[in-house]
Amino acid sequence: MNPFDYQRASSSEEAIRHIGARGAKFLGGGTNLIDLMKLGVEHPAMLIDITKLDLAKVEPTANGGLMIGALVRNSDLANHPQVVERYPLLSQALLSGASPQLRNMATTGGNLLQRTRCYYFNDTAFSACNKREPGSGCAAIQGFNRIHAILGQSDHGPTNGETCIATNPSDMNVALAALGATVHIQNAKGKHAMPISAFHRLPGSTPQLDTNLKPDELITAVELPAPVFQKHSWYLKVRDRQSYAFALVSVAAGLEMDGDTVKSAGLALGGVAHKPWRSLEAEQSLAGAPANRQSFEKAAGLALNGAKGYEHNAFKIQLAKQSILRALTSAARGTTAGVEA
Amino acid sequence: MKHPPCSEIEPDEPPFDPVQSEAPAASKQGVSRRKFVQSAGALGVGMAAGLPRLAAAQAAHRAAASAAKLLDVQLNVNGKTQQLNLDTRTTLLDALREYMDLTGSKKGCDHGQCGACTVMLDGRRVNSCLTLAVAAAGAEIVTVEGLAKGDDLSRVQQAFMDHDGFQCGYCTPGQICSATALIEEAGKGQLSQVSWRSGKTAHPEITDDEIRERMSGNICRCGAYPNIVAAVRTALGKGASA
Repeated sequence: MNPFDYQRASSSEEAIRHIGARGAKFLGGGTNLIDLMKLGVEHPAMLIDITKLDLAKVEPTANGGLMIGALVRNSDLANHPQVVERYPLLSQALLSGASPQLRNMATTGGNLLQRTRCYYFNDTAFSACNKREPGSGCAAIQGFNRIHAILGQSDHGPTNGETCIATNPSDMNVALAALGATVHIQNAKGKHAMPISAFHRLPGSTPQLDTNLKPDELITAVELPAPVFQKHSWYLKVRDRQSYAFALVSVAAGLEMDGDTVKSAGLALGGVAHKPWRSLEAEQSLAGAPANRQSFEKAAGLALNGAKGYEHNAFKIQLAKQSILRALTSAARGTTAGVEA
Repeated sequence: MKHPPCSEIEPDEPPFDPVQSEAPAASKQGVSRRKFVQSAGALGVGMAAGLPRLAAAQAAHRAAASAAKLLDVQLNVNGKTQQLNLDTRTTLLDALREYMDLTGSKKGCDHGQCGACTVMLDGRRVNSCLTLAVAAAGAEIVTVEGLAKGDDLSRVQQAFMDHDGFQCGYCTPGQICSATALIEEAGKGQLSQVSWRSGKTAHPEITDDEIRERMSGNICRCGAYPNIVAAVRTALGKGASA
């Protein structure tokens, strides 16, 4: 690990002032950043500890939604009565991620910025990684790519400077995408907000950028709209072991029901793309449709439209379709119906 | 050991003693000045030898970039406060083990994956290997050494003894800290993903499935899991058999 200066910020303004320094990064829970520093992937010259900022509140908004401070820890958010009651999809997704210890540390803002678990990004022994070293190529595309992307990837061959098939590893982000969250941001000029769909990026021609957050900007909060899926939602995570593993495929499914008919739907996939993969086409096909297998299979087909697999991950296409079917079926049965009764 | 194992210190760097009471001169400013002199020295040598100015500047930059940054840190561990002067890279785990002689917390993976380093920070279990010591300043830290009252083992410690909840014992301090926190979390009605899967989200009963899920951040390479589950079950006051 390289040496770095350490500063504790006592206000958002102070933190933003310091972030202008060369090589400075914010430190939240540190569960991802410190790990990447040990691996030599991240090497900040300065860490600005923002954990003492007043950004750890969860408060209802005037329009019936919820404002979640960027420093609310994952375990606190998952157990917050407002989240358990009104946004069970988010609680379930958060509790599917990491371990109790890591969830006690990890923050909402940090989770939004969680970096990929691509083996080739995380191991500096591999020189080719466009995300780590822009222009160096992609070792994953012809490597062991079991955990990699099948949707929205940048695929121009292993030596091309734009190729990237990394995935976003977060569970929280998938639920936030299905719930239509908004990310609140502050910089030296003021405050602005962007929908989560515009926050995370596809690799495009700049795979080194995970998000559209500027390096000198601070996430202050995540806002949820008024809940519509609280009675019918499900987060399904499929992985190599039942706990404490990243998703091969995950599905955040929310249904707003009117009798046996779907009034509106939220559907996003994790583990399949560079960003949480929300499928508006699938959501639209579900709206007004009966909540049955046929509707769910149609939505699954639409969500995987254009998917492309590689040597080790082609199974994910079918797995994702089946997972969508299962998640929507569980959501239709009811959020608290459980699956292991 | 004078530096955290993850650091990249030149071997010829003068050693420092982190315990400030014995090394009052090692202040932040003092170190910066020393490093500045070293960097300036490198620059001077470069120019004297007729090296291109840029190369000399780069050498100075490298020297400055690899210099350890030291900070005064006050850590409160098991009710006692200790003043240290630490490299900012020092994790809480290394501070405990290398500078405070609290070697109960173990270094397993050093990447937040195994849980052997689990300690309580302000009453919450965390991975001390991913926590910077400087960031833990001001927090109340409890390690496995802080659980017993004198010779009286805590309920969880006793249960691990009674159920043989270990083989080699390396993961045990982390398991015990984690189980201690688990009981507190369960008392507050906190949820796990198993609670959602079982549909029991109102103050869920801690079944064996719940125990396994809630202990999943602690890996036991010996595979003593059945006995660990039995120990946690007993410590929860539920009796030895499911």
